[in-house]
Amino acid sequence: MVRRTVSVAAAAVLTLGLAACGSDDSTPTLTWYINPDNGGQVELARRCTEAADGAYRIRTSLLPREASAQREQLARRLAANDSSIDIISLDPPFIPELAEAGFLAEIPDDVAQDVTDNVVQGAIDGATWKDQLVAVPFWANTQLLWYRRSVAEAAGLDPENEPVTWQQIIDAAQSQDKYLGVQGIRAEALTVWINALVTSAGGEIIDNPEAPADEVQLGLETDAGRAAAQIIEDIARAGLGGPGLANEDENASMLLFQGDRGSFMVNWPFVWAATLAGVEAGNLDQSLVDDIGWAQYPAVAEGEESRPPYGGISLGIGAFSEHTDLAIEAAQCIVTPDNQAYYMVTNGNPASNTEAYDDPEVQEAFPMADLIRESLEAAAPRPQTPYYNEVSTGLQNTWHPPSSVTPDSSPEDATTLITEVLKGERLL
Amino acid sequence: MSATDAANGGKALISDRARAERRLGWWLAGPAFVVMLLVTAYPIAQAFYESLFKFRLTDPDAREFTWLNNYVVVLTDGVWWRAVGVTVLITVITVAVEAVLGFALALVMHRALTTLRPILRTAILIPYAIITVVSAFAWFYAFSIDSGFVNSWFSWLPGISENTNWFGEFGTSVFVIIASEIWKTTPFISLLLLAGLAQVPEDLQEAAKVDGATWWQRLYKVTIPNMKAAIMVALLFRTLDAFRIFDNVFIMTQGANNTEVVSFLAYRQTISRLEIGLGSAVSVLLFLCVVLISILFIKLFKVDLASARGER
Repeated sequence: MVRRTVSVAAAAVLTLGLAACGSDDSTPTLTWYINPDNGGQVELARRCTEAADGAYRIRTSLLPREASAQREQLARRLAANDSSIDIISLDPPFIPELAEAGFLAEIPDDVAQDVTDNVVQGAIDGATWKDQLVAVPFWANTQLLWYRRSVAEAAGLDPENEPVTWQQIIDAAQSQDKYLGVQGIRAEALTVWINALVTSAGGEIIDNPEAPADEVQLGLETDAGRAAAQIIEDIARAGLGGPGLANEDENASMLLFQGDRGSFMVNWPFVWAATLAGVEAGNLDQSLVDDIGWAQYPAVAEGEESRPPYGGISLGIGAFSEHTDLAIEAAQCIVTPDNQAYYMVTNGNPASNTEAYDDPEVQEAFPMADLIRESLEAAAPRPQTPYYNEVSTGLQNTWHPPSSVTPDSSPEDATTLITEVLKGERLL
Repeated sequence: MSATDAANGGKALISDRARAERRLGWWLAGPAFVVMLLVTAYPIAQAFYESLFKFRLTDPDAREFTWLNNYVVVLTDGVWWRAVGVTVLITVITVAVEAVLGFALALVMHRALTTLRPILRTAILIPYAIITVVSAFAWFYAFSIDSGFVNSWFSWLPGISENTNWFGEFGTSVFVIIASEIWKTTPFISLLLLAGLAQVPEDLQEAAKVDGATWWQRLYKVTIPNMKAAIMVALLFRTLDAFRIFDNVFIMTQGANNTEVVSFLAYRQTISRLEIGLGSAVSVLLFLCVVLISILFIKLFKVDLASARGER
């Protein structure tokens, strides 16, 4: 019995192996490590394989769902010189780390020129390390201020036409006895929020992001850092984030916003598609959709422009790939404006190329497409340092739970912890 | 019998046999011993070697031999001691509760009617058959504030309401972590104790009964002393297991609200931060803690055995 099972298993392995090598032709196969989405990247791989007309074939390989887990897997594989990694869907904050370690293949100047044409500045900044483009901008994400028109009106605000500040939406939520949708979970979402607050206040989390580990200077013990802490404190102390603020992620914010006590929320554009899907499935009411408005991310000080969060995916080329030239070609194919528009419409992930926003389908699926583009132009990337993980985790450790954040101690705590960790004097 | 053999001058014969048996023993155990060395001793040695370096996976050129500096960093850091404290807290509470619960379950299984016994055993064993990550997710979602049912089912209890955020602070987070750990591994301890119960001679129980001992007296004077070895083994296994708790914390809090445990600390240094040197140092220290627990238990175990023998 046991022997039979073993032989069956062996036969299965053999056939699988044969099937994998069975396709007889010598077309090089490129492996594209993709983050989970709604199937859009698989479709783009198919399209570009077709367009390559036999020059190469793109195979996709799925990375874990969490950005941090994606980084862990990629870093381990690349550290072992994995030649199966040709194209990588990279979360921007981790680009400097992989680039500095020499894990990303160089992108020739002419290609760099080509793939940054008409691309929003935030995405170019996010794909650049030490003045060199090290990844190809693919899609770019940004957060907007989503609000319930009824609540804003009752509070006397008109965010669409007059940019609002955090103070204003805090007051509005308080006066209307509603909850604000913000991300207080001890995860990357919290760093995204803190970074947006600090940069909107005119500061930077790190003053010299390109410095070596022991020379990194933090910019949190400044007016900007304290202003950011003040906003988080105000929201948490007044209970405006709802009872689950300490583990509220983007999805939880959306559910809160869709509920009876929803008012204002900062979140990525996926919430629009998700809400529409909820209505279609009959879980949400159409009146909710009609009540939703959108505007530029809230500012910290009145009269100053906000710096919304920047996210998305850029395509890195594996340094140990056997076909870097083909991989670069394939990446160029993947990011054409047409493909970006397709990806935006079908998967809800905004394009980094402004041309894609002129696509009528995009305009129809995203009534706020122009706002997204403007927000992307103003967006500020998270600190671009090879030690991003330490910086982000250090922030999350010291600025969580949100109810413990104070302008007097939190910026100082984070600075001390992160500096000592980077010097190798402390655990994280 | 053997005494007569020895008296007859069969000493050489016996030692020959003993030698042959010993050799056979080595032949039988040898392969397993070699495999054990390969899969445990080698990684441990490798980890110890790595722990002497300042080494970041994404910066291999900057690798530097720093003697025991990583250990100094770890041992002088409050984060390590807090993680040790939390781990000990979780270990002590889970093992204590599990020992009592597991013993009760073992008694139930032991005394159950023969027709009922298989069903009962299966039912009790189900939690143990579930993968820890899966059970952690199940408990996490049950207590989660947006999709959990615990808040709405138990809102009549004081302190629990619709808005209780179980994973929002230390006490409640640790409570859920411990509860899920207990639910998951009590069957294991009860199974080990059941084996111990089966070893308690029935005639001793009957003799005690004839002497007029109550149920409690029999439990304390007959049952427990007779299964001390089984109890100690069960406690040792569970303590070692509980001290290495990882899955529940990883799934439920990711170490938030100071719920970080030692294994998770090692994971974060090595896997998340890619600081191989520092992470290896934490792992080696974790290993030493486990060794320490084993030594303590074995010492304790021996003392108990001796005293038990002395009493009789």
